[in-house]
Amino acid sequence: MSRIAGCFADLKAQGRTALLPFITAGDPHPDLTVGFMHDLVEAGADIIELGVPFSDPMADGPVIQRASERALEHHVSLRDVFGMVEAFRQTNDHTPVILMGYLNPIEVMGYEAFARSAAKAGVDGALTVDVPPEESHGLVRALRAEALDAVFLAAPTSHRRRLEMIADAASGFVYYVSLKGVTGSANLVLEEVAAKLKEIRDVTDMPLGVGFGIKDASMAAAMAKIADAVVVGSALVSRIEANISKPDKIGAELKQLLQEMRTAMDAV
Amino acid sequence: MEKNESFMNMPDERGHFGPYGGIFVAETLMEALQELRQAYEKYLADPDFLAELDADLQHYVGRPSPIYHAQRLSRENGGAQIYLKREDLNHTGAHKVNNTIGQALLAKRMGKRRIIAETGAGQHGVATATVAARLGLECVVYMGEVDVARQEANVYRMRLLGAEVRPVSSGSRTLKDALNEAMRDWVATVDDTFYIIGTVAGPHPYPAMVRDFQTIIGREARQQIQDMSGGLPDALVACVGGGSNAIGLFHPFLEDEGVAIYGVEAAGDGLETGHHAAPLCAGSPGVLHGNRTYLMEDKDGQIIETHSISAGLDYPGVGPEHAWLKDMGRANYVAIDDQEALAAFHLLTRTEGIIPALESSHAVAYALQLAATMNPDQKVLVNLSGRGDKDMHTVAAIEGIEI
Repeated sequence: MSRIAGCFADLKAQGRTALLPFITAGDPHPDLTVGFMHDLVEAGADIIELGVPFSDPMADGPVIQRASERALEHHVSLRDVFGMVEAFRQTNDHTPVILMGYLNPIEVMGYEAFARSAAKAGVDGALTVDVPPEESHGLVRALRAEALDAVFLAAPTSHRRRLEMIADAASGFVYYVSLKGVTGSANLVLEEVAAKLKEIRDVTDMPLGVGFGIKDASMAAAMAKIADAVVVGSALVSRIEANISKPDKIGAELKQLLQEMRTAMDAV
Repeated sequence: MEKNESFMNMPDERGHFGPYGGIFVAETLMEALQELRQAYEKYLADPDFLAELDADLQHYVGRPSPIYHAQRLSRENGGAQIYLKREDLNHTGAHKVNNTIGQALLAKRMGKRRIIAETGAGQHGVATATVAARLGLECVVYMGEVDVARQEANVYRMRLLGAEVRPVSSGSRTLKDALNEAMRDWVATVDDTFYIIGTVAGPHPYPAMVRDFQTIIGREARQQIQDMSGGLPDALVACVGGGSNAIGLFHPFLEDEGVAIYGVEAAGDGLETGHHAAPLCAGSPGVLHGNRTYLMEDKDGQIIETHSISAGLDYPGVGPEHAWLKDMGRANYVAIDDQEALAAFHLLTRTEGIIPALESSHAVAYALQLAATMNPDQKVLVNLSGRGDKDMHTVAAIEGIEI
């Protein structure tokens, strides 16, 4: 069983929902990322989503765009990200890590080389936001060959035929984009999310994560009732951004927000 | 024959030109692209739609645009005869309107009430704002802050036409970032919004659809040059940023084996300096803005900033069909630097009384070099994709003149 599948199985046995924080690798400085990952685990993270910075993050809102820009000021590359995961793994071998990003850095490295290096570093899966199932064949094959999970997005606009394609291509879990828009947007409607999750459950038994637009503990708790995993990204990255001049405080800020979410979710 | 047929039948049904093209976007846009593909396939075979498009191209745009034998320029340069396809005479001053008319009519048929677009120099933004005004559609144009500052006149034109211009402050604050921002808008507004992409890039069906709206250039020119000179040209030359005017000229000639094809990229300060916008000449394949193509990128796969004197060529990618034509060897891609383009700008202006856009000046500059190596009984057909009015400030500034 993969680390991701094992994680979801354990949580299910405990009747709990997974909490997936997202931060961008190298934001605001490459030396801080591994420490933040440990902080997030301490505050209740079940799986960590680590953003790979890209110059043109088309699917991201301004908060995560700026995080990418801050990381790229330090020229953070895929190889650097592998190094961070490797360092994290020295003292943590149980928390799954998923890389989230765009295809081009992977394309330039080569799919096989990417999968091999990722697996070696201790990465558990990859979510490439600009690769729909139709274009995913080569990448998914390379990931599978290294026993890595390929996580795919499902959207409010995905009809049943697409949901089936997504379920076929995906492993680990399916990441439902809870609203039409970029990361960090507003206007999340709980009833609509619940209805769509039900549709997705018709085509797959995989765990379902929900993300895009989950800003605080009460929203996380509401999502925890209907999803198997709650993803929080822009809200955390905003805390990083707000404390750039005081980097020593960032870890505590991240922990505080995540702990609030954890507590609220576990009370559901 | 098989090879020739495949030139005309591309892309495949999922938008691939060999390894290039395709659909690389977030899941939220997949249904919208499917809907667009179906509408485009339906209406491009619909006689009513085509009749409306033809009527607009004739009465609103002013088509057919003439071809012109630049005799004085040819004589002064020596070698082959240079012919110009006068897209600069179109309404709004460039080839861009051929495509925005087509896509806006499609938007109307699809019941979309709001149009968005990205723009670099502002030509595509103006062409989009123009057709939106005519059809009474809401229009938002994304434009990088850097471009807003250096293309003030076009920003004002768009606002006069009723469009909202939204400056983009992310990334390098130029065309590629405007495209990112338009995509972000579209993801959130996909139900009622039509995204008019201005070039033959982006996810399928855009590269094929924009090409199909622009091939009017090549279809007219292929007939016109035969009527005027009694035969096909020996060579075609067009500038390539995203590559829409070039593919519009080239496509109807792809099966004509005797016609050599040259796409001209912007060499900026020179290819050797790294400050240029020539992904086909000096870049490598990658994935950006929804398709796989040649890109300007670093060793980590990050997109790098481009440079060209002409804002319309200042883009790090290129249409996937050009990438494929390069690999197949059917078209040649070359580069012209800022100084060469400026010299051609002045030469055409003074010998023929035609002021070309700086983009088109790149094509003219290469055509002059090419023609000089050919015989006087040979013909080079150049796509004069736009007129130079918009570039007065840029050229004057280089000469130290304040307008």
